[in-house]
Amino acid sequence: MRKVAIYGKGGIGKSTTTQNTVAGLVEMGKNVMVVGCDPKADSTRLLLGGLAQKTVLDTLREEGEDVELDDVVKRGYGEVRCVESGGPEPGVGCAGRGIITSINLLEQLGAWDPKFETDYTFYDVLGDVVCGGFAMPIRDGKAEEIYIVVSGEMMAMYAANNICKGIQKYAQSGTVRLGGLICNSRKVENEQEMIEQLAARLGTQMIHFVPRDNMVQQAEINRKTVIEFAPEHPQADEYRALAKAIDGNEMKIIPNPLEIEELEKLLIDFGIAN
Amino acid sequence: MVKKKDYTAGLPDPSEIISEITKQYPGKIAKKRKKAMVSNVPEEDQEIQANVRTVPGIITQRGCTYAGCRGVVLGPTRDILQIVHGPIGCSFYAWLTRRNQTKPETETSENFIPYAFSTDMQDENIVFGGEKKLKQAIREAFELFSPKAIAVFSTCPVGLIGDDVHAVSREMKEELGINVFGFSCEGYRGVSQSAGHHIANNQIFKHVLGNTDRERTGKFQINLLGEYNIGGDAFELERLFEEAGIELLSTFSGNSSYDSFEYAHTADLNIVMCHRSINYIAEMMELKYGIPWIKGNFIGAGSTTKTLKKIAEFFDDAELTKKVAEICAREEAKVEAVKASIKPKVEGKTAMMFVGGSRAHHYQDLFEELGIKVLSAGYEFAHRDDYEGRHVIPNIKIDADTRNIEELSVSKTENEALWRQDLVEKKAELEKKGYEFSSYEGMMPQMEKNALVIDDISHWETEKLIEFYKPDLFCAGIKEKYVVQKGGVPLKQLHSYDYGGPYAGFEGAINFYKEMERMLATNVWKLVDAPWKSEPEIVGSMTINA
Repeated sequence: MRKVAIYGKGGIGKSTTTQNTVAGLVEMGKNVMVVGCDPKADSTRLLLGGLAQKTVLDTLREEGEDVELDDVVKRGYGEVRCVESGGPEPGVGCAGRGIITSINLLEQLGAWDPKFETDYTFYDVLGDVVCGGFAMPIRDGKAEEIYIVVSGEMMAMYAANNICKGIQKYAQSGTVRLGGLICNSRKVENEQEMIEQLAARLGTQMIHFVPRDNMVQQAEINRKTVIEFAPEHPQADEYRALAKAIDGNEMKIIPNPLEIEELEKLLIDFGIAN
Repeated sequence: MVKKKDYTAGLPDPSEIISEITKQYPGKIAKKRKKAMVSNVPEEDQEIQANVRTVPGIITQRGCTYAGCRGVVLGPTRDILQIVHGPIGCSFYAWLTRRNQTKPETETSENFIPYAFSTDMQDENIVFGGEKKLKQAIREAFELFSPKAIAVFSTCPVGLIGDDVHAVSREMKEELGINVFGFSCEGYRGVSQSAGHHIANNQIFKHVLGNTDRERTGKFQINLLGEYNIGGDAFELERLFEEAGIELLSTFSGNSSYDSFEYAHTADLNIVMCHRSINYIAEMMELKYGIPWIKGNFIGAGSTTKTLKKIAEFFDDAELTKKVAEICAREEAKVEAVKASIKPKVEGKTAMMFVGGSRAHHYQDLFEELGIKVLSAGYEFAHRDDYEGRHVIPNIKIDADTRNIEELSVSKTENEALWRQDLVEKKAELEKKGYEFSSYEGMMPQMEKNALVIDDISHWETEKLIEFYKPDLFCAGIKEKYVVQKGGVPLKQLHSYDYGGPYAGFEGAINFYKEMERMLATNVWKLVDAPWKSEPEIVGSMTINA
């Protein structure tokens, strides 16, 4: 089984990219599980057709110790097994600790039992690695391959670099590696070249450049992935290509995060500052 | 068998042992620890490093901020229902461990000291926040016990997840109609329990002190600050005050009650025992109400007499002065009789003390009375002024850790009836005659030349110093007790008094003398030899290139 975590700046399109990629893998006949690690619990909406799902933590809270795997795992598009970790309302408690509790519980409940013949687990993680809890998926070998969703915007690149620092920290003591950057285009000038350059500096690759297309929005409003909503659309092929690239990816490295000056210089060199 | 050293010609220069100890540390740490070790020259101003972070990895004696706030300062108060917001261990391991006693007014009066109230936070409360559970706990406690007041203490996770104990307290105060107040005393807030003392002082001052302006009931009204009634110390002092006709309004906080905190501002004088843990309230009361404070010490018969007489001198009343002199003479005679039989047996023995923020100083008076020499002493959580005297306060560097603790800005009360102009004038007048207010000379001037003063002593340092000095007695706490005793040196706990006490006042002095006789006039500790010193515990062999 390959264990993949998707990180990236808030609002960059992690959940959309993850679910579309998963849909692509499903078409390839892969057996996939998606674990949403965002307290908002909206990481599996497109796969489940918008069905509100009971989160692991809510279930744990309501049912006490008596939780079954079926209470928290729901089958979505193409039999993808969907889980939402859930968490507290904004400004209360500790969402990071929630992720730790939730992933531990899933393990206890046998979510990765060999009988499921899982090919891929995707962890869709909230924003930046702000604290230990959000690093949970990359600790202790829970996720072994990280893909960072990024765009040519400065803050997105800045966040990607920060996430690399988190990966580097855990990579030295564990099995986690960076698989590449996924560029989710914001139509910034020289975007592809810049992200390719950033990837090279980090020691990794830009695994795919996903162009911006309104079809993504349309599919989202219809609570579907592009692959499900408009299978013939060119954008669906982009996600298929991304899924294929990930499936065939052999390049897994420990990233070398950039110094902030180096990152800023990169932006200047590619004309963003002008 | 431990061979004794001869100190009759004075104490040895400790510089050698200081360098022997510090050479084991990495350079930066050695440099830091050296600043916390001073070879005493009593007549000189010597700077010692204190109240700074312990180096990680060093085994320290220190406790946490929560321990200082909940355990030390508020713990001895019987009728404030004290709820610890956190996982259960923080409550359980703080439950009745300090041996502070209390005597409710009547058999049916409230006494919550035997209870441990906790919100028992679980994983779920960490993830989703614990405020609801805290409210529920406060309501439940109110329904079951209907206390006058409820205090809420924050443990580490509460600060991490951001539960607002103050907002919850305000809400519950409104809902229940009793005083409910919170303490942000998370364990990690300061470098030691000292931060917790300060936090406790602040909140008591803000939320309790001054709530009721009780009519005067006594001619001479005082508060005793920083006396925690360990082993019944406060009972002995109460006995003396009562006989002298001094009305003890409130003790912060041994054998104390909530009501007495509320009207403590109607006192004429504050006596500060533990300078470290409670000087904040003394100073804030002076700023707000004009009540002066003096440093007192009731550990040792001589110090007790001195402090009682100083109180009498303050009130300057012929009848009181006579009564105090009478009590002191009578009690001193009793003490002398016991001392006469014990002193010859223990005189010339040696002791080391590493404890508290005042105790390591106070107990030197008792040892002096018995002719026991203090070789080395230090505090766990004191600040520089507790070592060097209050005159250094303006020179103490305010570091980030200190700034992390709220400093209340206190101004004169707007209620003219409460402002004690009479006391302000009295203070000025007495000061002219040389009477000392708000003064504390610290521990170092009282210690002998070459005595080794160490702040925040580590376990390694403890062992090396015992080897070096070979003292007859070591005074510290439960964490050090058994290791030291296994080394053949008896240890007297000066936090909890082991199972003994009271040691304050005259009766306390007698108890302490007897305890010293029991511990020092025996050979049993000298006969202790670890079995592995004569016989190996494990026998092994090694094969090379098998």
